[in-house]
Amino acid sequence: MAFLSFRNVRIAGFSTGVPKTELTNEGADSERDSASSFIHSTGVRRHRVSEKYTAGDLCCHAAERLISDLGWDRQEIEAIVFVSQHADYILPATACILQERLGLSRECYAADLSLGCSGWVYGLSTVVSLLSCGMIKKALLMSGDAKRRINYVDPLFGHAGAVTAVEYQEGAAPMHFYFGTDGSGFDALIIPDGGARNQFSEKSFVPEDVEGHMLNRLQSRMKGMDVFSFGITWAPKAVRRLAEHFGFDYRECDYFVFHQANLLMNETIRTKLKLPAEKVPYCLQDFGNTASASIPLTIVSQLRGKVEKPRVKWIGCGFGVGLSWGAVYFETEDIVVSELVEVE
Amino acid sequence: MGLDDFVARFAELFDGTDAAVFAAETAFHDLDGYSSLIALSIIAMVDEEYDVALKGDDMTSAVTIEDLYNTVMSKM
Repeated sequence: MAFLSFRNVRIAGFSTGVPKTELTNEGADSERDSASSFIHSTGVRRHRVSEKYTAGDLCCHAAERLISDLGWDRQEIEAIVFVSQHADYILPATACILQERLGLSRECYAADLSLGCSGWVYGLSTVVSLLSCGMIKKALLMSGDAKRRINYVDPLFGHAGAVTAVEYQEGAAPMHFYFGTDGSGFDALIIPDGGARNQFSEKSFVPEDVEGHMLNRLQSRMKGMDVFSFGITWAPKAVRRLAEHFGFDYRECDYFVFHQANLLMNETIRTKLKLPAEKVPYCLQDFGNTASASIPLTIVSQLRGKVEKPRVKWIGCGFGVGLSWGAVYFETEDIVVSELVEVE
Repeated sequence: MGLDDFVARFAELFDGTDAAVFAAETAFHDLDGYSSLIALSIIAMVDEEYDVALKGDDMTSAVTIEDLYNTVMSKM
């Protein structure tokens, strides 16, 4: 069972970049759903979308702000991990490009992780494990999704790039993780063509009917009911298993930040865990589902001004494409939460 | 909880659809108010009330409300 625990590493700050361009779902009826029923079920009233910026671009803007707000010396940042479903290029890793764009040391660890909605938790465990041995002192976790490989605006999804600053600090409170994977659901969320399995061909561009949506094979497609069923089953289980394994009462945590999937799914998860609404902030109403950026974006957009100084106990939980899930317990104190970076 | 309860809970998820149209033999995919979003509400209801995880195939292969009830019972 994939339980992990680390000491001597702390989160120093959060920052998120989003496109300034806002699209509304009000009045936007589709072939399948009226706008009002879509908003009622998904909770997504508006979202930020730009075909100009990649997730790497948005992360870069967010990182510039956070490095400045923290007052970090760029040469001390010795590791960056970039988590996304839409890297800048098929090759090379976007993390390598971000090393140069951010002016970080050439003696810097840089790697990409290909994960979606569980990705922030996975990325955090990767960065924290790198730092826990005490040789690398400062690192950045970058996570998010933005401009797709092919133009397509889905009213559920928004664009964002988040940065989580992590540093080595002896005596920092432990971070506990729990992870799981169910690869039998690999096709529940998938872009079928363009990889090595199904290489690009003319057929890749032919639209097909996928649960009432006309999508070509280079656009991501989702078995919505399977993903919904998976999320409401495993997200509550993940939080319970994390708390049971590490012997704490999860209800004593201050905030529970779940991946922002859709309102019906998130409210079902919250109800199953019997959590009060005030401990479970949402940002999906304003930003939609922003994949691996959604947990830090929720903190930045909903809790800035409340959580910087005091000691705060958190549960974070991500779940989605893979199928894959992860839950983390962590504490913060004296952190920086940068103002939302709106990229024009 | 029997079939009648299941039909009643199923009907509660449809806003604006006359409750009289819901019966065990109702072919629910043909109902005016049925949509992919309502399907998610049904999955959530079954999860909450019966502790059963329905998948997309379970929803599409059931024709009547009773078919879906039988699927739920077989997974309990």
